[in-house]
Amino acid sequence: METYYSLKPLLAVLVSLLAVVLIVIPNQRPNVRESWTIMAALAKFAIVLSMLPSVLGGNYPAITLFSISPGISLALKVDSLGIIFGLSASLLWILTSFFSIGYVRGVPEHKQTRYFASFAVCLSATMGIAFAANLLTLVIFYEILTIATYPLVIHKETPEAIFGGRKYLVYLLTGGVFLLFALAFTYQLSGTVDFQPGGILPAQVSPSSVIMLFILFLMSFGVKSAVMPLHSWLPTAMVAPTPVSALLHAVAVVKAGVFGFARAIGFVIGPALLHQSGAAGVLAGFTAATILLASLIAIRQDNLKMRLAYSTVGHLSYIVLGMTMLSPGAWVGALLHIVNHAVMKITLFFCAGAIYVRTHREKVSELNGIGRQMPITMAAFTLASLGLAGVPPINGFISKWYLVQGSFDGGQLAIAIVFLLSGLLNAGYLLSITIRAFFAPSERFTKFGEASPLMVVPLALTALFSLLLGLFPERFPYFYQLASQVAASVLGGGGP
Amino acid sequence: MSSLSILTLAPLLLFAFITTLVGIWRLKWAYAAAVIGMLLSLIAAGAGVFRVLAEGKLRHFLGGWPPPFGIEYVLDHLSAFMALIIVFIGLIAVVYPPEAGLYQPPRKGIPMYGLLLLLFAGLVGVVVTGDLFNLFVFLEIYSLASYALITLGGDRAVVASFRYLILGTIAGSFYLLGVGFIYFSTGTLNMADAAQRLVPLYSSPVVMAAVALIVIGMCIKMALFPLHVWLPDAHSYASPMVAAVLAGIQIEVAAYVVVRFMLTIFQPHYFIDVLPVTTVIGWMAAVGIIFGSVMAIAQRDFKRMLAYSTVAQVGYIGLGIGLANPLGLIGGLLHILNHAFMKSCLFLVAGGIRYKTGLHEIPKFAGLGRKMPLMMAAFTVAALSMVGIPPTAGFFSKWYLVLGSIDAGNWVFLAVILASSLLTAVYFFRMVEKLYAVPSSGDAAVEQATEPSAGILVPILVLAVGIIILGLINALIVTQLLMPVAALLPS
Repeated sequence: METYYSLKPLLAVLVSLLAVVLIVIPNQRPNVRESWTIMAALAKFAIVLSMLPSVLGGNYPAITLFSISPGISLALKVDSLGIIFGLSASLLWILTSFFSIGYVRGVPEHKQTRYFASFAVCLSATMGIAFAANLLTLVIFYEILTIATYPLVIHKETPEAIFGGRKYLVYLLTGGVFLLFALAFTYQLSGTVDFQPGGILPAQVSPSSVIMLFILFLMSFGVKSAVMPLHSWLPTAMVAPTPVSALLHAVAVVKAGVFGFARAIGFVIGPALLHQSGAAGVLAGFTAATILLASLIAIRQDNLKMRLAYSTVGHLSYIVLGMTMLSPGAWVGALLHIVNHAVMKITLFFCAGAIYVRTHREKVSELNGIGRQMPITMAAFTLASLGLAGVPPINGFISKWYLVQGSFDGGQLAIAIVFLLSGLLNAGYLLSITIRAFFAPSERFTKFGEASPLMVVPLALTALFSLLLGLFPERFPYFYQLASQVAASVLGGGGP
Repeated sequence: MSSLSILTLAPLLLFAFITTLVGIWRLKWAYAAAVIGMLLSLIAAGAGVFRVLAEGKLRHFLGGWPPPFGIEYVLDHLSAFMALIIVFIGLIAVVYPPEAGLYQPPRKGIPMYGLLLLLFAGLVGVVVTGDLFNLFVFLEIYSLASYALITLGGDRAVVASFRYLILGTIAGSFYLLGVGFIYFSTGTLNMADAAQRLVPLYSSPVVMAAVALIVIGMCIKMALFPLHVWLPDAHSYASPMVAAVLAGIQIEVAAYVVVRFMLTIFQPHYFIDVLPVTTVIGWMAAVGIIFGSVMAIAQRDFKRMLAYSTVAQVGYIGLGIGLANPLGLIGGLLHILNHAFMKSCLFLVAGGIRYKTGLHEIPKFAGLGRKMPLMMAAFTVAALSMVGIPPTAGFFSKWYLVLGSIDAGNWVFLAVILASSLLTAVYFFRMVEKLYAVPSSGDAAVEQATEPSAGILVPILVLAVGIIILGLINALIVTQLLMPVAALLPS
């Protein structure tokens, strides 16, 4: 793998920070303020996209800024894994920005400047995590993301929101503390924190040290990835405005945790040592339990956003479980599911947001017949639900296919059954909403139409992406190839 | 120029008198004279750092008398580092307007700027002197100046100051007694000279007693748990600007004295193996970190919370000494710098809030975040740094301390560092929540609050920006200034 010097990774991080400066200029008209967000989002996506061809060719843009601790630099490098995360987050930020504008004006929300500024900081931090070339750089951006999300969680400033914020901080800061420990322990064991495919720990490290390091990573990244029993901040954080739940609590923040696992397993500990130590089995157990339990809890939720939150908890564990199997097929499935789940779940949250703005209803039991008033919204909702249940030809099917194939490769029949069972449960708790929306008798919803185009267009587009990614996983933007490259570099050998 | 040590010190002493004299006519002149004195000293301190980096240790013989006959001033990596911190924070405190820094505006009868400069002169003197007895003289100079300055905080501050005076004098006497024992044993007061003559005396009970006395004295001065009892009152009743100086640089100088004895006057193994000094300091610090943090959580008064936070934070410095390995010591010394910026910034914010609104209790701060956006942003940066969120400076002192604890295999210290981050988060985010998330209760003081004037705001913002810059350039400070110091320790 070659690297070449490029400013682009740095620009991708900084462009939204620049937007923060512009957003907080006092006394500007809302349209001007929002234009900074949109421009930053477009610029960010363009920068990330422009790096795609060289990354696909195995030539990684990299930049080393300065030494942040003796022997460790603040450094960015865009590899195949990083660009999967960076590309999906920056693309979805564009749509979320438009959706946000529709949402905050439709509700209407207060303190919109703080809202958009925090959002932009979050996206900078997300890019930093995606492109971090070493663990210390990743930790710095990871913690910035934790803090920058806090103002969004407490945005409504109700007692409920403040409680959600406290719980969020307790969980996430505790995770951050374990992450600092994990970082220092990694440095102690290997003398470096630079990510390398296949791991950086020296081969003679004792299995007990590997197990300890892995548990530390589990305690830190496990919080953001909402692996049970570290998940309970996520449903509570649903008190945030819906676009926040959509982009951060389905894409950026939680995927940062999952992404951290990918770095920890594939680029720090390494599959070989992890396999020897047997520690991955522990995480596999936790995640498999999370997948089933989260689905069962989701069925019982009447609040739509809570149901989606538990669905997220379950699907994040799909990804982590796939990574713990240490087989190329499962890794490809897991990495594709980072993108696919993001696209599907953001659609569902967008739909929930559109319904809320239009009708101020949050409960599933109040949605009888809404499909006839908001047909586009509910069609998109149905499509994404089918995808999450794993129905072809939607993208959720593709990732699940590889995950199941990977578990067969590893001879782990039980895990394959977990995936299949979870698909059924997904269908149960998501499609029941569709059935209510379209087929249940309704008397109330006669006067509502669709929400504003600012909201409907983004959610229709994400639903369309789900379909396209399902029909053509190997076409642009080549997520399948990228995932195969990562799997091959981490696990050795060819793709599945 | 080897005289940069004395050039850092001289303007402070000289202008302490000039500012007092001109203050008899005009208070404004006193202010101007104090600022000029601090600036001159800052230039010398800055030049001192660069000169030490280029040439190594700088020795200056006072009056041309070579040691051991005369008094020697030494500028090495450690003292240059300390002197620059002291003078920089000193300048910030002097620039901070007295009407916000003191509860009652200074009257002509009270030579406030003279006392402040005398305080800084004492602090700088302690770190640049190469003479054991001279160190005691400067110790008393800064202590006496600080007792007087604390009393400016009002009636309760007088009592707190008296309490501190008694304990501070005991501490000073302990130090003097210890130095007396060393003088008896070696016949010299010069540090470098004593260092050589002490080596054959390492098994002498007199020297052991001397070390015990000096270390206990300095632990009182640095308010290391359980010898911290004077601190919470003194720092919370002192006026904000004085508290910023006391918490930001004064107590750290006592930590410097311990490090100086451990590394250069004695050989480190004497403090580590012969006497369990580092072990004792480390455990006192570890308990102090938890104690201080828990007590800080229990406070309603903002400044009192900061005072208990200082008890905890000084524990980080003690922990760095206690770990007795290079990475740990780097963490402890770096925390001296970081804590100086963070805690001074926070106390000055407390002064700004008190000045603009008259409020000092955290529960009443609800809604202030929108009224004073810049000052509260500075507060938030300092608070995040206290919690240890990267890339602020506070994260990196923790990072080196964590590395040091792992190096030493001391899991308890590690757990303490990590747990205290969370406890610190509790008491700072409690206030962040009040400032930004809890709607204002309609209190007139809050409703009419506005951003303070530039005189108050600029020092605070300089410190807040400094916290971020220090975080980003910490590797430079560590490799250039602190690694040569820490290299004296066995790894």
